[in-house]
Amino acid sequence: MAFTAGVITFPGSNCDRDMAVAIEAVSGKPATRIWHGDAALPDGLDFIAVPGGFSYGDYLRSGAMAANSPVMRAVAEAAARGVPVLGVCNGFQILTETGLLPGALMRNAGIHFVCREVPLIVGNDTSLFTTKYSAGQEIVIPVAHHDGNYYADDETLDRLEGEDQVAFRYAQNPNGSARDIAGVLNAKGNVLGMMPHPERMIEAAQGGDDGRVLFEAVFEGLSVA
Amino acid sequence: MSEITPDVVEAHGLSPEEYERVLHALGREPNLVELGIFSVMWSEHCSYKSSRFHLKKLPTEAPWVICGPGENAGVIDIGDGPDGTKLAAIFKMESHNHPSYIEPYQGAATGVGGILRDVFTMGARPVANMNALRFGRPDHPKMKHLVKGVVEGIGGYGNCVGVPTVGGETNFHKAYDGNILVNAMTVGVADADKIFYSAATGVGNPIVYVGSKTGRDGIHGATMASADFGDDIEEKRPTVQVGDPFVEKLLIEACLELMSTDAIVAIQDMGAAGLTSSSVEMATNGKAGIRLDMDKVPCREEGMTPYEMMLSESQERMLMVLKPGKEAMAEAIFRKWELDFAVIGEVTDTQHMVLEFGGEVVCDIPLGPLAADAPEYERPYVSREEYAAWAGTKPLGEVPESTDVAADLKALLATPDLASRKWIWEQYDSQVGADTLQKSGGDAAVVRVHGTKKALAISTDCTPRYCYADPYEGGKQAIAEAYRNISAVGATPLAVTNCLNFGNPQRPEIMAQFVGCLNGMGDACRTLDFPIVSGNVSLYNESKATGGGSAILPTPAIGGVGLMQDHEIMATIGFKAAGHQIVVIGGESGHLGQSLYLRNLHGREEGPPPPVGLELAKRAGETVRKLIADGVATAVHDCSDGGLAVALAEMAMASGLGCAVALPEGRSSAAAFWFGEDQSRYVVTAAEAEPILEAAEAAGLAAVALGDVEGDEVVFRSIAGESRVAVADLKAAHLSFFEEWMEA
Repeated sequence: MAFTAGVITFPGSNCDRDMAVAIEAVSGKPATRIWHGDAALPDGLDFIAVPGGFSYGDYLRSGAMAANSPVMRAVAEAAARGVPVLGVCNGFQILTETGLLPGALMRNAGIHFVCREVPLIVGNDTSLFTTKYSAGQEIVIPVAHHDGNYYADDETLDRLEGEDQVAFRYAQNPNGSARDIAGVLNAKGNVLGMMPHPERMIEAAQGGDDGRVLFEAVFEGLSVA
Repeated sequence: MSEITPDVVEAHGLSPEEYERVLHALGREPNLVELGIFSVMWSEHCSYKSSRFHLKKLPTEAPWVICGPGENAGVIDIGDGPDGTKLAAIFKMESHNHPSYIEPYQGAATGVGGILRDVFTMGARPVANMNALRFGRPDHPKMKHLVKGVVEGIGGYGNCVGVPTVGGETNFHKAYDGNILVNAMTVGVADADKIFYSAATGVGNPIVYVGSKTGRDGIHGATMASADFGDDIEEKRPTVQVGDPFVEKLLIEACLELMSTDAIVAIQDMGAAGLTSSSVEMATNGKAGIRLDMDKVPCREEGMTPYEMMLSESQERMLMVLKPGKEAMAEAIFRKWELDFAVIGEVTDTQHMVLEFGGEVVCDIPLGPLAADAPEYERPYVSREEYAAWAGTKPLGEVPESTDVAADLKALLATPDLASRKWIWEQYDSQVGADTLQKSGGDAAVVRVHGTKKALAISTDCTPRYCYADPYEGGKQAIAEAYRNISAVGATPLAVTNCLNFGNPQRPEIMAQFVGCLNGMGDACRTLDFPIVSGNVSLYNESKATGGGSAILPTPAIGGVGLMQDHEIMATIGFKAAGHQIVVIGGESGHLGQSLYLRNLHGREEGPPPPVGLELAKRAGETVRKLIADGVATAVHDCSDGGLAVALAEMAMASGLGCAVALPEGRSSAAAFWFGEDQSRYVVTAAEAEPILEAAEAAGLAAVALGDVEGDEVVFRSIAGESRVAVADLKAAHLSFFEEWMEA
């Protein structure tokens, strides 16, 4: 497959290796690792992943400090050009903090950190990320977070639902997210943020491969384009 | 005028005899800095002065042991890795009991941080965290707060550094009301050709400080952890350190990056007793001397004295000896990760520790008396018979029969010791790293060795009520259970770390517990080829704060590590399909002494603990591993707390499938058969019973076909009739304890 994927590392990222391993396992091609301090992205990136972890220790607010790093300005520019961007967990928090995605992620309703394999219902099945799922399909992907409680005002939530921007919903809401939202797309459909970790569900040994399907969809879509 | 009065000596935890020893070692009076350094180095926590004599008797060697006790952690050979590399597993368990009682979140969090550093200091990337927790009665007024704080602290630290917390054990007993135990274990994987040790060598080589700045936190933590709790424990809060897992994550990455170059001579983390113990141990291990310029130590606050700098237990700090000329390259790596880096001294050949501050020598101590020649005590202990009389364990009386096995089982699963720990382990990120193959809820946690087909199986075990009733048998049992849990997933048990938690060693009865447990552990390790490669001792776990000098139960927590060559040949506990046959193999069934059936359902702690036949334990483990390797076994579960009935229930709950089992002919007591806690037993399922029975017979093991996997209920049959319970009801009972306790 002739494309280049990049994975960004912030101080405190801890799913960056897992994301790179998943990308290579599915695509057969190593991902380019990108350091947060780089003001410019490597040339010719076709796909950017913002991984999970505790960037800057989650101090101030989850994702808030990473959102102001030089590399995120470059990611925003790339996203505006149409480059697909996937943010997982802390990556989702960073994408909402940069304004690339609407809404915010608050402390879980149950207060505690929660690590659990959760059933998800696929919403949008037409985006680059979700074409290999079908709307209404139930898949299982683990969550592991403290701040995954998705919030947006009703107007925004109505718009997200009306414009088919909800990629995934929780079948059993683990964190109090508004309208059970687990993952959202931007209006153009090239930026996806989600709290569950697809990179942890690539092969049977990990408990299933429902996450692999997301990466396959992206890479097949990119190869065709 | 001397600043060292008898009061000052006593406040530093040194006995008058030990102070005499200081005077003799120096040939003069110490100054306050020197006294502080002697105080922490000779504390029980750092010097192991009451335990060293007995620890030397433990077996520590095997062909696969690369490094046994004495370094930061133990190292074992785990064979070939990717691209022709050789791999090693590095692991250790450590206590953070006293701080966790005083301030549970930070106490537990910094316990995790400290054990992580012990492992990555040696060049390993940490791949798994485990823990062993003991709490008091759930209805004790402080206990809910302590459990919540400890669990949040372990999660808060481990989740942030990105090391999965994959398993552990939790017990409740009133003996821990005033003294909870928080034991944390880390396992890492390293290139066997790139293991880093602590011996400072090379006169003139720079000594480098990296990580966080030094603050005033944790001063005298090691001394605090070496005494009973008095009435003033709230005042000891300032001796608890504060952790920053974000900095630890940066420190891991920076250290591993530097370790991939050729710059480090020696490295040691600053744990208990901080800069003092790290520098003394490095110089002692290198048979060298050390000179530090205290003006160069990065400090968080202005005006810190050398005394405070040497005794601070600020977290996330490391001390290294670099090869000359590598300073700039190393500094660039640490600056990139936004960490402090300072050359603060050099290796000398004086065999003295010399500290300079403001142009003056503020400390000059010969290293010998500080570490290698520190006090060592052979504390007196009572005989086994005297101990039994003191412990006052009653002989096993008449045991009430179980007239409804299913109902008793359901009741047991809702008791604190057997309840589901889901509330705890869902607060831990168990999957970061994407190599977790089994997490809490099975027999051993299993973590794939990244980039290979191999996996490490890890289990933490100890049954303190057995250890109290009979320290020798309890010590054997702790080792044998770790061996069994590792075997039950199909891995070969390789080595052990331990965390020895006991009361005040100056009491001969407590010392008898310590010696008895160690003798049992040693015998078990020798028979099972399961050497001890690292460990930690925590004494003085007694509390006056809750009324009356009560000691904890003797708790030698064991952390076992095993290896499987191909993780696809791995057993799990859940039943796999209706129609599979269920067989219990290994030891006999029927021992109710010290059982949870007796204690939790009938309120009696009586009788001897189940004895462990070590040769039997070995044969049973080998047989089960072969049944797994041959693809015969479809599910395996070790039998331990709560006996056969609980093992069957856990296999049912893990799968949602029920089973129907029958009391064998000729067995009169359902209670003894289903709830007895005899050792060396495994429940094994397979498509047919015969291959299991044949393998057991060939190995000379007892084996009983119990019934089959079927339906969605657990059904116990006997000639007296049958008793049944839905798996869904068992699950609800199993979850109820924590849900009701924590969320109420």
